[in-house]
Amino acid sequence: MALPEGWEMVVGLEVHAELRTATKLFCGCANMFGDDPNTNICPVCLGLPGSLPVLNERAVELAMALGFALHCTVAPSTFHRKNYFYPDMPKDFQISQYDLPINSGGYLDLLDGSRVGIERAHMEEDTGKSTHLGGTGRLQGADRSLIDYNRSGVPLVEIVSAPDIRNAAQARAYASELRGILIATGASDGRMEEGSMRMDANVSVRRPHEPYGTRCEIKNLNSLRSLVRAIEFEALRQIEVLEAGGSIRQETRHWDENRGETSTMRFKEEAEDYRYFREPDLVDLAPSEEWQARVQSGLGPMPAQRRDELASLFEGDAPGESIALAVDLDLDRFVRAANAAGVDLVLALNRATNELAASETGVDALSEEAFCETLLMEQRGELSATQTKTVLAELLAHGGEPKVIAKAKGFEQLSEDSLATTIDGLISAHPQEWGRYVEGDDKLTQFFIGQVMKLTKGQANGKAVVEVLVERRARRH
Amino acid sequence: MTSATQIARDVKSGATSAEAELEKSLAAVRARNEELNVFLYVDEEGARAQARAVDARVKNGEPLGALAGVPIALKDNLCQRGVPTTCSSRILEGWRPPYSATVVERVLAAGAVALGKTNLDEFAMGSSTETSAFGPTRNPLDPSRVPGGSSGGSAAAVAANMTTISLGSDTGGSIRQPAALCGLVGMKPTYGLVSRYGLVAFASSLDQIGPFAKNVEDAALLLEVIAGHDPMDSTSLPEASPSLVAHVNDGVKGKRVGLVRELIEGADDEVVEAVSRAAAALREAGAEIVELSIPETRLGLSAYYLLAPAEASSNLARFDGVRYGLRVDAEDVTAMNEATRTLGFGAEVKRRIMLGTYALSAGYYDAYYGQALKVRTQMISAFRSAYQKVDLLLGATTPSVAFKFGEKSDDPMAMYLSDVFTIPTNLAGEAALSVPFGVGETGLPIGVQLLGPGRSEASLFAAARVLEIARAS
Repeated sequence: MALPEGWEMVVGLEVHAELRTATKLFCGCANMFGDDPNTNICPVCLGLPGSLPVLNERAVELAMALGFALHCTVAPSTFHRKNYFYPDMPKDFQISQYDLPINSGGYLDLLDGSRVGIERAHMEEDTGKSTHLGGTGRLQGADRSLIDYNRSGVPLVEIVSAPDIRNAAQARAYASELRGILIATGASDGRMEEGSMRMDANVSVRRPHEPYGTRCEIKNLNSLRSLVRAIEFEALRQIEVLEAGGSIRQETRHWDENRGETSTMRFKEEAEDYRYFREPDLVDLAPSEEWQARVQSGLGPMPAQRRDELASLFEGDAPGESIALAVDLDLDRFVRAANAAGVDLVLALNRATNELAASETGVDALSEEAFCETLLMEQRGELSATQTKTVLAELLAHGGEPKVIAKAKGFEQLSEDSLATTIDGLISAHPQEWGRYVEGDDKLTQFFIGQVMKLTKGQANGKAVVEVLVERRARRH
Repeated sequence: MTSATQIARDVKSGATSAEAELEKSLAAVRARNEELNVFLYVDEEGARAQARAVDARVKNGEPLGALAGVPIALKDNLCQRGVPTTCSSRILEGWRPPYSATVVERVLAAGAVALGKTNLDEFAMGSSTETSAFGPTRNPLDPSRVPGGSSGGSAAAVAANMTTISLGSDTGGSIRQPAALCGLVGMKPTYGLVSRYGLVAFASSLDQIGPFAKNVEDAALLLEVIAGHDPMDSTSLPEASPSLVAHVNDGVKGKRVGLVRELIEGADDEVVEAVSRAAAALREAGAEIVELSIPETRLGLSAYYLLAPAEASSNLARFDGVRYGLRVDAEDVTAMNEATRTLGFGAEVKRRIMLGTYALSAGYYDAYYGQALKVRTQMISAFRSAYQKVDLLLGATTPSVAFKFGEKSDDPMAMYLSDVFTIPTNLAGEAALSVPFGVGETGLPIGVQLLGPGRSEASLFAAARVLEIARAS
């Protein structure tokens, strides 16, 4: 989508990501999505009178790891209280970082070569989750509200970008790249559908080279698709207002996914005064040089480096989109392993970005060895494309040995020997067709492939059939 | 009544039993609690079970803790599992915490018998126990007078011989001032020496739990039991509990004690005289007395009444009717929050929440809260330089002996001034105690205050013991 001539959008993103710790930020309760409501709670994350927070060391490590990956300065930091009333926030204040965040001043390079500044990436605690029943279905005016405090106190990192983003595609690329880094550092699982990564977008528009316009913040964008749609809608809305001679009021806006539009939540003048002050129940956080060095040296390669590594394996033009997808889904390790085992690079990349990427159960059950073995069998003609996909599906679902699975599925008859036997049988059964083929009528190739497929219920490798046919014909000459 | 030290000794030797000691305490409660309003809740059943458990250990020859069989009173802002905890506020009515404060765990583990929960100024905001939603506590020494506050109930429990020891909390003087008014030893330990886990917070950066006792040795014994690192409190000092009882009789020979001009300024003559006599007694025991001035302490009261309410405004936000305690139903959640807090909090609590909210507000933070933080920093360095010259400081605990009901309750400033000598220690995060030294014209006790740098509890108890002996002779 392009904006009307003479307009430019300016976007900054605030991304909240849940840190992948075993326990919550300030207590020992499990940090677990999807458990029964109010089962992972204790006096601390319920904010009971007299309870006190104790900082989770692992959360600090993950936050630092993210900071290093985003080229931030990791510095001594403090916690503050952000005070406001909300029923799913049990203390009626949120412990967050304010003027001294753990990470500040970094950047993120995108695939298109652009660079987006990172202003800060700080730690804070998540709130509980409200469900409003009946009435308006919102906090004000619902018949009842239910609150699940399992999420209360889950560690979050909030990554605030500079206003360096100039279009929706770039915003998408930023969010996607950031998600890759969150996963690569182990900081978060980046699962937007589970709310582990949530985004707010600050959007303004201006005539190029003019000062920034007044911005509006769009809250709670929970998918890349929503992000793109909301930013585009909002920029166009603002342009429309300005072109009609109006002006933009600084406000917080709500994105309605179904209607595809943003609407006013509250104006700046109505914004809460959070009365930030230092959290007196926590001490200053000053990670030692040694600790920082340990976290930094423990970092694996980031997505950009992994894309480069994979691309470098290709001679000539590398398929950039497939490579990006493989890295994005953390499947590049399969491709590299297969390549090292002698599998054709294009085949490995295809199987990874199609069959593995489509797996609904993830790839945890599939070992790199099993993936390589399966593809080698395919490459040797022991498995047809269809059979390969069946074996991979089984491996993805339950794991196991490719050879054992192939045998159990009855695929072993299609080894080179059994394929040759099948074809020899067909030659005897169809002497006329065979004669015409031997005389050079290549159209008959399709006939024999069809017959083989019929006999093998579609499980033969077409290429292997042709090889046997060609070899038999050569013998006759 | 015997001392806690003696009870524990006798329980261990079999000369008495925990259950017999508990019965004595219960009898004392029955005799005077209605008149004095000391206990908001007496946990007779729980206490009896604890006493029997101690007696069973004695019978079986199992090891016993330092407070074996000693009845103890707990200020009602300390959580004890299953026992109502109200902070003397209607807003917590009916709440029974599902967990116990670290100090409660520690005294119970040491064999103490938790008799019940004592009255306090609502959320520990006050100096007379008059702001309690459940009526004031009367001073056992003169029921027409206040016992001081906010830990008035815990002080009165010991003064009325209901228990030999009790726990209070001190944010600006809430242990030392009632100790002075009830003729007891009361200590505010170094910030972080005692875990705050399970103490319902008033002002987190100032709150500290400490002991009340009739004598120095008992106070030292109780503090030894509750002190020491707790991983549940991030501000807890890393060290183990200090050895205190062993040093009670170390004396003050060779110690330099500073008599602080500002810490007697404006006190009644009889209080100033008591402090002078205390100085003389310390000199007699071999200390060198130096007169000195710490002008920064004059700023303490103003800074305190910005910092403490600011923290309180945030700490008390959670009492919103959503999860526990009082809920006043209304048409929506915001109205419910408002109605609950309007009915649930008393006037003094509301005053401080408003003060604190204002002090932290955008546009006022720098002028009020920020300024108060700077004063606090000055206070810390002023004390630090004083402690380069002397080992301990001496002053009054409170400007006067116990005052009458209603005398100051209509005038917040007059009430706030009764903590003027105790507040600086909380701001500096250091240790101080009040020890009785003489009586005034009305026959009511006068307390003198000994102050020391962080972790000077052993020296403070030793100095207090010198005054205790001098008083007796």
